[in-house]
Amino acid sequence: MLAFIIRRLFQSVIVMLAVALVSFSLFRFVGDPIASMVGQETTLAERAALRDALGLNDPFLVQFWSFVARAAQGDFGISYRLQQPVMELILSRLPATLELAMISGIFAFLFGVGFGVYTALKRRGWLSNAIMTVSLIGVSLPTFLIGVLLIWVFAVELQMLPSFGRGDVVPVGDWWRTGLLTQSGRMSLILPAITLGLYQMTLIMRLVRAEMLEVLRTDYIKFARARGLTNRAVNFGHALKNTMVPVITITGLQLGSIIAFSIITETVFQWPGVGALFIRSVQFVDVPVMAAYLMLIALIFVVINLIVDLLYYAVDPRLRVSRSHARH
Amino acid sequence: MAEPLLSVRDLVVEFPTRKGVLRAIDKVSFDIAEGEVLGMVGESGAGKSITGTAIIGLIEPPGRIAGGEIWLKGKRIDNIAPEAMRRVRGRRIGMVFQDPLTSLNPLYTVAQQLIETIRSHLDVSEKEARARAVALLDRVGIPAAARRIDDYPHHFSGGMRQRVVIALALCAEPELVIADEPTTALDVSVQAQIIDVLKEICAERGAAVMLITHDMGVIAETADRVAVLYAGRLAEIGPVRDVIQKAEHPYTQGLMGSIPTLAQESDRLVQIPGSMPRLNAIPEGCAFNPRCEHAFERCFRERPDPLDRGTGRRVACWLYDRVGAGA
Ligand SMILES: Nc1ncnc2c1ncn2[C@@H]1O[C@H](COP(=O)(O)OP(=O)(O)O)[C@@H](O)[C@H]1O
Ligand code: SF4
Ligand SMILES: [Mg+2]
Repeated sequence: MLAFIIRRLFQSVIVMLAVALVSFSLFRFVGDPIASMVGQETTLAERAALRDALGLNDPFLVQFWSFVARAAQGDFGISYRLQQPVMELILSRLPATLELAMISGIFAFLFGVGFGVYTALKRRGWLSNAIMTVSLIGVSLPTFLIGVLLIWVFAVELQMLPSFGRGDVVPVGDWWRTGLLTQSGRMSLILPAITLGLYQMTLIMRLVRAEMLEVLRTDYIKFARARGLTNRAVNFGHALKNTMVPVITITGLQLGSIIAFSIITETVFQWPGVGALFIRSVQFVDVPVMAAYLMLIALIFVVINLIVDLLYYAVDPRLRVSRSHARH
Repeated sequence: MAEPLLSVRDLVVEFPTRKGVLRAIDKVSFDIAEGEVLGMVGESGAGKSITGTAIIGLIEPPGRIAGGEIWLKGKRIDNIAPEAMRRVRGRRIGMVFQDPLTSLNPLYTVAQQLIETIRSHLDVSEKEARARAVALLDRVGIPAAARRIDDYPHHFSGGMRQRVVIALALCAEPELVIADEPTTALDVSVQAQIIDVLKEICAERGAAVMLITHDMGVIAETADRVAVLYAGRLAEIGPVRDVIQKAEHPYTQGLMGSIPTLAQESDRLVQIPGSMPRLNAIPEGCAFNPRCEHAFERCFRERPDPLDRGTGRRVACWLYDRVGAGA
């Protein structure tokens, strides 16, 4: 178990270093950091001096190392565009993105598993066929189109839900501002959460369905029925549990994708999160923000991966060999 | 004669496919008396497993029981409500499948699977169910059962797992156990032990056994009567001793060629020239006619029904039809 965790942690560090290298390269290859820091009238000599002072002439490894060391402490420098520490900017935007991602994830998971199980158990029902067909449309429509359609129907035509922004937010803790505790905040979450989660929901649903159909064909399910267990015990106690083992992995990893994909949804709904911040920083070649965003997304992916692995480990006893080895 | 425990009457099982309806079981009838061991033999694909599956009401749709009746102690069970049938499975008819490596849910401990089965059928406390489970595991020969019961299936070897499966089949005290090739997937060295355990416990509890197997040697040692299936039809059924000493159906005679001497360890069924027809190409008349040395004109025209030959034996072959042309 411990060896497993250590190996996983080591792999995570390697991944983070690789992403750091990409982020770091942004500074070198996307725009000239000196040009974005100084005015038109700065002389060449002054520029060279600044270049030296910033350590831009140091050997590559030295520069990379100092980038990694500062990044590890959450120091990504100052935003070119907003002249604020990048970390502060990100932290102020992160709650909006995480809340959106969390609600989308829950939506995607609950409905994905629910529909997946339903369509697997009622394989031949008309409702299953309807769900499957609609889900096909769901995966093939681009996210922004779904967002725009939802806005058109529910915000413009029916005027039931707001079409942009987070609504009212209230502070919880030092820097977290939540929209979950206000009525307008919750209403504002609905459309973006559905938009963001729809694709993942169909994905999870199709995965659960395929996996469940597979499990329902296994001998141990046949044997469970032959033992006279109730349908409920067979379907939900036995089949669903075995279905969830691989589903957990994929679903967990989807959460990372949800956060990464939130860029589009945040743009469509003018959601004040890190995705929207990233889009703006790309427009303005605000390299420190872009670099920090990349690292943040990578970190989220890595952490989720790690948690998923541990969960997997907890759910599947076959992986837990430490307690007792196969005997006889 | 006393009422049989299980009575299968003219059972027909069909699978609709794109190329038409396949008849996997075609008018098979047999009885199993209380406490009796009925062996069932036949080549792979003869319909042994489907017969067992039909009895416990688990034919996968679109497959279905298309005809006949199944009676358990004087009550029909082939047409009862799903919930009523569920209470028959496990409680009155236990089932042991071929492959113990895949029969147990890998995510639950042996204790969990035993206790849920016991409590699905018997009104006992968790504690009582656990005590019964431990006793039963001990009885089927799991060493240190009280401790091992909390292990997961993957902690057990194949032979041990099949013992667990047997315990699961018996834990709600059924009157009949259907064991579908319970040792085929096991190491040869443990096969005999597993059969012995199954036979002993069922005898102890007065449970009847329907033992499906390829192994005529096992049938000879274990069964009271034997039923021979061919292409979804019953070829011959009768007391083991009679059938082995003097098989009447030409197919059974071929099968018996596979046990040179009964004392010797027997092998798989010996090859009779040719192979069993596919379900969509069963010949007119007797299904065995392409391979039969004794086939005559009538065999290609009319299908033989099992004829009563006395002493509880029935044989589906025109050779024994005194009224007919004879050969
Ligand atoms: N789901 C199914 N659909 C179509 N045919 C099937 C199905 N299950 C079994 N069969 C056919 O039924 C016949 C009997 O199968 P089975 O009872 O498994 O044979 P065995 O005697 O080897 O246990 C075989 O010819 C098989 O192809
Ligand atoms: S009925 Fe005819 S073909 Fe069939 S087993 Fe008897 S003799 Fe052979
Ligand atoms: Mg079989």
